[in-house]
Amino acid sequence: MNSSVLQPALSGYSESIWAALLRNPSALIGASMLGLVLALALSAGVLYPGDPLDMVAMPMLWPGDDPAYLLGSDSLGRDVAAGIAHGARGSLLIAASATLISVLIGGVVGALSGYHGGKLGDVLMRVCEVFQTVPSFLLVIVIVAIGNPTLGVIALAIGISSWPTVARLVRAEFRTLREADFVTAARSLGFGNSSIILREILPNALAPLVVTTSILIAQAILVEAGLAFLGMSDPNQASWGAMLGSGREQIASGWYLTALPGLAIIFVVLALNLLGDGLNDALNPRLRRYIP
Amino acid sequence: MWRLSRRTLWQAVPTVIGILLLNFLLLRLIPGDAVDVLAGESGGASAETLLQWRSHFGLDLSLMDQLQRYLGQLAHLDLGLSPRFNLPVSQLVLDRLPNTLLLMLGALGLALAIGIAAGTAMATWVGRWPDRLLSLAVLLLYSTPGFWIGLMAVLLFSVKLGWLPSNGFQTLGLDLQGPAWLLDRLQHAVLPVLALATFYIALYARLTRAAMLEVQRQDYVRTAHAKGLGPWRVVSRHVLRNALLPVSTLAGLHFAALLGGAAVTETLFGWPGLGRLTLEAVMSRDYNLLLGILLLSSMLVVLINIAVDLFQAWLDPRIQAD
Repeated sequence: MNSSVLQPALSGYSESIWAALLRNPSALIGASMLGLVLALALSAGVLYPGDPLDMVAMPMLWPGDDPAYLLGSDSLGRDVAAGIAHGARGSLLIAASATLISVLIGGVVGALSGYHGGKLGDVLMRVCEVFQTVPSFLLVIVIVAIGNPTLGVIALAIGISSWPTVARLVRAEFRTLREADFVTAARSLGFGNSSIILREILPNALAPLVVTTSILIAQAILVEAGLAFLGMSDPNQASWGAMLGSGREQIASGWYLTALPGLAIIFVVLALNLLGDGLNDALNPRLRRYIP
Repeated sequence: MWRLSRRTLWQAVPTVIGILLLNFLLLRLIPGDAVDVLAGESGGASAETLLQWRSHFGLDLSLMDQLQRYLGQLAHLDLGLSPRFNLPVSQLVLDRLPNTLLLMLGALGLALAIGIAAGTAMATWVGRWPDRLLSLAVLLLYSTPGFWIGLMAVLLFSVKLGWLPSNGFQTLGLDLQGPAWLLDRLQHAVLPVLALATFYIALYARLTRAAMLEVQRQDYVRTAHAKGLGPWRVVSRHVLRNALLPVSTLAGLHFAALLGGAAVTETLFGWPGLGRLTLEAVMSRDYNLLLGILLLSSMLVVLINIAVDLFQAWLDPRIQAD
């Protein structure tokens, strides 16, 4: 009996996500661009073994000057291509963990406040409002200053400052869905709250959440880049933002040092936004919901 | 309308208190304090001097005492003293605020003007080539870090062409008057405003397009067409006016993000605003200053949101009813 309420909805759901992905050109382009970056991040250690922060070449080689260093070298003689490959790893890792944190906090807060409503819901929304009113980038800076600029702390800071978006979205979905007929049916069959939340409502609220997740990852990459540009990045980890920040000093003599990591950031953020837009069109064709 | 704004103001009170408590506790978690940094910079200080400094700035009190003392000061509209600059926090913040406001309002105005125009054009020619071309451009802009566009603009307009200054907010050492002063300030503001605005141009273009497509399908738009109104009049009076409701809601919400984004832009262009002051305060562990900045900028966000509410009540008089 357990599965009779749940199973058809869930399997139909995951099928439609994949079908939608394959039918939508912008989702397809975005997914393949993202696949390229993922492949680069995973193979960075094989393609460029050794520490990308080591000095290996003559300083300030322009791209094409030396075939061994395809994208040139910076003012300290570090290989730019190696930095970009290893930076992909850092950027994606931070962005993905930040988004995971934000979805976890936002999901729990949104689900509780949307499903139960009442006093608890009001209080949680107040907390949400506090986090939305403080300029989030300043909050990220403060949190990174509390810890040290390591991968984990940066991801935590970005996650803590971005969860209200998820909470509001999940809350809105839950408020609508808790009155739906299939939820009433599940309740009359004697299901408990947690099983209704996890197995009835959540699968049906997944579509907008998936779209928001891809946009949140894109935003997290941009925030991480800005943070690294200000000098708040893990000093032991190659990062696109940090490359931009240090390349800025040589903007007049070697503009490729700022242009190349910037193009890498644009490429991956564009991929995620294309994917998000495509999923949005495919999953909500009727609603045409736009989540910025 | 005034009742509406008073109500919103009251609703903001718990939010502001929450922000105050959150930031106060958060800042105490930062390792080290301003006295450590000061002592480090002056090449060390004796234990007695450190104690003396700490008691001067109230850093030797317990957490609850410090909070109580801060709230007491706040009741007199006093934000306390900045250990770093040895000046009242309110003076430091008010000195920088006009620069940041200029930057933000310039960027917001530019973003809304270009974004709404581009979004209207996209929605009007939806599916045809102007829409496709603009959509692609907007998506690219939406994916590009604003400070990177700023850097590339510095390269082109300052380094290569030499048309615009890349640093500061006015030419130092010149005592300019009247139009020459204004021109100088404007020249310095062009690149920072542009760098801050790019992302929001794309955002508002996307939002306006989506909102207008939504409104275009409504019955009253068909009625307006049917009663013989010209296409431009339908778009400006019926579609755009209603589509501006979601756009303005989000513009209010984005104000906080814009304020944060200004930190990067200000660092990039050496613009003496609140964002750079925040970074200086973090680096020197100046809690009083940091708390003052966070509190005032949050209140600024609250005020902007009230302004947005009033604007929406003007756009759609039904909003007042509930």
